[in-house]
Amino acid sequence: MALSLREYRARIKSTESMKKITRAMELIAASRIIKAQQRAQAAAPYARELTRAVSAVATFSNVDHPLTREEEDPKRAAVLIVTSDRGLAGAYSSSVLKEAERLAEKLRGEGKEIDWYIAGRKGEAYFRFRQRPIIQAWTGASDQPSYDTAADIGRVLIESFLKQQGEDGDVDEVHLVYTRFRSMLVQEPTAVRLLPLEVIEAEEGTGDEHSSGEVLPLYEFEPSAEAVLDGLLPQYVQSRIFFALLQAAASELAARQKAMKSATDNADELIKKYTRVANQARQAGITQEISEIVGGVNALADANSGNE
Amino acid sequence: MASEMDTGLRVELVAADRTVWSGEASMVIARTVEGDVGVLRGHAPMLSLLTEATVEITTPDGGVVAAVEGGFLSVAGDRVSILSERVLLAEEIQIDEAKAELDAAHGMPTSDERELRIRRAEARIRAVEKAS
Repeated sequence: MALSLREYRARIKSTESMKKITRAMELIAASRIIKAQQRAQAAAPYARELTRAVSAVATFSNVDHPLTREEEDPKRAAVLIVTSDRGLAGAYSSSVLKEAERLAEKLRGEGKEIDWYIAGRKGEAYFRFRQRPIIQAWTGASDQPSYDTAADIGRVLIESFLKQQGEDGDVDEVHLVYTRFRSMLVQEPTAVRLLPLEVIEAEEGTGDEHSSGEVLPLYEFEPSAEAVLDGLLPQYVQSRIFFALLQAAASELAARQKAMKSATDNADELIKKYTRVANQARQAGITQEISEIVGGVNALADANSGNE
Repeated sequence: MASEMDTGLRVELVAADRTVWSGEASMVIARTVEGDVGVLRGHAPMLSLLTEATVEITTPDGGVVAAVEGGFLSVAGDRVSILSERVLLAEEIQIDEAKAELDAAHGMPTSDERELRIRRAEARIRAVEKAS
């Protein structure tokens, strides 16, 4: 018998309390996912209307805006990685970081240097630990991102994108790596190019009644198509970043729920196993005590019979 | 006919993170960078930039007043959407806070930021005044 009964009991107790914690985290994550999905849904109309407006301008004017202009010889790319602030979410952060590394590999293969921008403490820690430079990091609210954060990220990225080549901090492309929320079970790390913008002239299938085959009306632009585009495109970029942050938040919570569920299941397994071993130990103890008593009685009886 | 005129427009007032208000309305008044614009039924398709100002939506049962911080107004086929990063309905605005912000903004050194803040705070105060 390796351990005493008391030690097994202590193990069962600690596993039980751990199970309570993971179970609570699982429930919290589950309730927050619903909120995160609602937030994503609430943000959808803005994104939809912006997309509509952008494609309207793009369709009726000759789009030549600094934000859509391709650099002839791109040398530097900015990559924004959306990770979580906290761990205990399974492979969530590491898989999005892996995706980012894959993208980096590809970009380096094309001869581009990379400026890293990070959202979320986990990603920041990953880079700091490897002593790799980060241009800027945003941390603090990865599970409920605010639009202000997205707007700030957008402003910084657009600013560095608009710098001329050769200027300090200039980038020619901006990529975004985040985790797409497909369903409660499937979240996939995704890399997309944010800038230069590819303006889609026809509507993307947003799945609502306005997009299906509707011909865009002949808009009048005030003050001018260029000015409207000037106002629209940065908003469009920010709203896409916001969308990515919301998706990432929902994915993070889903990943955390899944991780915590399997931790709870594991704890159950462990408790079962330890209970069995503890029972065995208890039985062994009882058996030993009985055999000791019997042995003692026998010895006494032998001694007594020897005396007679 | 008259009742139909009352609800000639389908209006959506959308902020970055939520739909603030949506419904039927007879008229929308907003301030674009070129000046005030009123939209009635049958308005020509239009896409314009808004400034920090108030938006008034007239509905059959009264109306809605909101303060927007820039954004866009798009009109197409009697569908009006007002998009802005931040939209506050008049009843959501804390008038004291807005006044305090206005005072704070007036105290700032002259800059674009100062002008912007003044315009924002003034838009909020005006929205409350118009609603009451």
